[in-house]
Amino acid sequence: MSNGMLEETQVIPLAEVEEVDLYHAHHWITKYVFCQDAKVIAIQYSATAILIGLVGLVLSWMMRLQLGFPEVFDFIDAESYYQYVTMHGMIMVIYLLTALFLGGFGNYLIPLMVGARDMVFPYMNMLSYWVYLLAVIVLTVSFFVPGGASGAGWTLYPPQAISEGTPGIDGGIILMLISLVLFIIGFTMGGLNYVVTVLQARARGMTLMRMPLTVWGIFVATILALLAFPALFVAGVMMLLDRVLGTSFFMPEMIVQGEMTSHENGSPLLFQHLFWFFGHPEVYIVALPAFGVVSDIISTHARKNIFGYRMMVWAIVAIGGLSFIVWAHHMYVSGMNPYFGFFFATTTLIIAVPTALKVYNWVLTLWKGNIHLSIPMLFCVAFILTFVNGGITGLFLGNVIVDIPLSDTMFVVAHFHMVMGIAPILVIYAAIYHWFPKMSGRMLHEGWGQFHFWVTFLGSYLIYFPMHYLGFIGVPRRYFEIGETSFIPPSSVTLNEFITVTVLIVGFAQVVFIANIIISIFKGKPADSNPWNATSLEWQTAETPPGHGNFGDELPVVYRWAYAYSMPGVEADFVPQNLPPDQVRRTGSTTGPVAEDPPELHQ
Amino acid sequence: MAPHDSSTTVAAPNELAPGFAGIAEDWASDQRTFKNVPWGKAMMWIFLLSDTFIFSSFLVGYMKVRLSTTMPWPNSSEVFALSFGGEPIPLILIAIMTFILITSSGTMVLAVNYGYRKDKSKTAIYLLITALFGAAFVGMQVFEWTKLIVDEGVRPWANPMGASQFGSVFFMITGFHGFHVSVGVLFLILVARKVWRGDYDTEKRGFFTSRKGNYEIVETMGLYWHFVDLVWVFIFAFFYLW
Repeated sequence: MSNGMLEETQVIPLAEVEEVDLYHAHHWITKYVFCQDAKVIAIQYSATAILIGLVGLVLSWMMRLQLGFPEVFDFIDAESYYQYVTMHGMIMVIYLLTALFLGGFGNYLIPLMVGARDMVFPYMNMLSYWVYLLAVIVLTVSFFVPGGASGAGWTLYPPQAISEGTPGIDGGIILMLISLVLFIIGFTMGGLNYVVTVLQARARGMTLMRMPLTVWGIFVATILALLAFPALFVAGVMMLLDRVLGTSFFMPEMIVQGEMTSHENGSPLLFQHLFWFFGHPEVYIVALPAFGVVSDIISTHARKNIFGYRMMVWAIVAIGGLSFIVWAHHMYVSGMNPYFGFFFATTTLIIAVPTALKVYNWVLTLWKGNIHLSIPMLFCVAFILTFVNGGITGLFLGNVIVDIPLSDTMFVVAHFHMVMGIAPILVIYAAIYHWFPKMSGRMLHEGWGQFHFWVTFLGSYLIYFPMHYLGFIGVPRRYFEIGETSFIPPSSVTLNEFITVTVLIVGFAQVVFIANIIISIFKGKPADSNPWNATSLEWQTAETPPGHGNFGDELPVVYRWAYAYSMPGVEADFVPQNLPPDQVRRTGSTTGPVAEDPPELHQ
Repeated sequence: MAPHDSSTTVAAPNELAPGFAGIAEDWASDQRTFKNVPWGKAMMWIFLLSDTFIFSSFLVGYMKVRLSTTMPWPNSSEVFALSFGGEPIPLILIAIMTFILITSSGTMVLAVNYGYRKDKSKTAIYLLITALFGAAFVGMQVFEWTKLIVDEGVRPWANPMGASQFGSVFFMITGFHGFHVSVGVLFLILVARKVWRGDYDTEKRGFFTSRKGNYEIVETMGLYWHFVDLVWVFIFAFFYLW
């Protein structure tokens, strides 16, 4: 195998990519509102996602109040409880995590990290955000229509999602489906941009195998999204037709509240297949960017190259591919053909191989590294722990025989919150603490950051560890009130109270975090252009925050990969990707080839 | 793998590695993965891949409801038959529609070809002919829908011939495809107008995007049009012929 991909090279390749024809805004409306600059779009995406995410957070408090202290709060009835569950899930998974990782970090980091002036089609990129905003507004409006938001559970399973007796079947479910369709249209416009920018618009010398893993993660996640969201789109359209026109795609003949419905012969199972064909890749749409960001941050803050870069890339690609053939492990109890369970349990467990490989590589990156316990690093270490925890409970749920007794218990809630709730959120925090200096030119407050980290990290364990236990003793999920049930001991009531109190404390820490951001934007300690001494291109820009066009007059030329930390024989402990080899300052008498990557990197 | 040789720090460009490593290296190569492929074209290919998943999901959904319904599925040869004076001819309208759409792909190819040569008037004319065929297709679809709705009483939620999903699937899938054709016709006309006006020769900037226009868009448009045509072949095979 040739070693060309990771090698330094003094050769400056010919420019293959033409200069981007940028639109230079002259009016404040085209500069800050309808802006075509990916960095502004990124901040618009992030701010919108975080705002709607706060709504999701408040909804989770309401649910916990009910579960911890049933019959205490008059304003929470069974109907509104189900609406909180539904909207919390949908908001967090799609409108917060997907939008923030791909629309937010994708827009900000892809052009900067691959050395492009902007996304390839900035106008479409701008439209992407505005359609996303429209989707968020439509979703928010559904709270206020008669009957309120949908209460179908975030999976929106038919027939109950659109049957009499479920909250929000008048307007809520219709607006929810319209909002999802809009989100998919908006995302597609952005997603096409991210993929083409990575494939076709990189800086000179930036081969794919020199890209930072953050870009790899976002890139593969975007491809997953472009191929998985179509299934949700189709499911959404079909259910909309079922609800509005009275077709029977998903609706069987039923007696609802004593009356025969007008539907006949539909297949509820079809919806579940379509939904989870989207839903499982969605887990990795959220996880892969997180994997990438973690790799970059721990490498930078441990002053050590990422262990096994090549395998990290292939693991991302393999996880992406496998994620399309595991979807029915969400459906073991749905009544599908039992033989499917055998196939899907096998593929599900196979996906543990590339995932475990990534975890080992992170740990081995930390091994003997010069670890700086900065806030981003703390969040990343917390992520690795949390992800392993959530992954291990995944082994329980991936096996049919263990899944059946555990399904629809709090164990499931604990599992997916650990693995795709807390884990990616921890990475989002790490990423915000890491890249905030680049975005704003100021540092976030360290002390408040420590407070935020410890409360969030320890708190989320205090919340979700007991839930595993609750699940084992059989406490069901999605129940408004458990009441007196013989097999559930009274200790579970105390435990639920404890969880609720912890939720409120952890929630308060997030408010501190938001305050930290807002105050630091104006009053934070000024940051220089590369406060973490990182190697990748976004830290080498002339201005901080980078101006329109990212790199000033000259686009960077890339000579090496993004992980040139602590290289033997080199004076500084990092060598930026765009520093020509003959300008790398060497220690003492070292001569010979400049700053070679150690040979084991090429295995 | 050969031991790392420190004397070869300068990677020779275009050095070919064998087998799988070579494929990976080609894909990962500097700056661009697909050499000499304009951004718009790359983006259209990826969009079409995504759209393929949408149409596939629609068709798989159709197959699933057709399998799970207990009512008899109407015989499409009879439903879509037209009689001219005497005996009903099965699927005659659909056959004509298919013929027209496939012909339009031919005229699109000509438009793309003249677009490569920057032949302004011929490109514009063939684009317009393609748009005309597309419009004819949509027009016949409107006729087909009207006939089914008005004369035969087919509704999305029910129909007199059998399984109610027959109507649901028919309106949803042909509607979604017809929407694609209509959007295509609209853009064909817009592109034809720009070609005719010479916008792509003078690199006039777009009204919305303020990007310089060029003839690449004709080829990108062609990709979309052939895709819509190809999708129709699958709809024809799976819905009308099955």
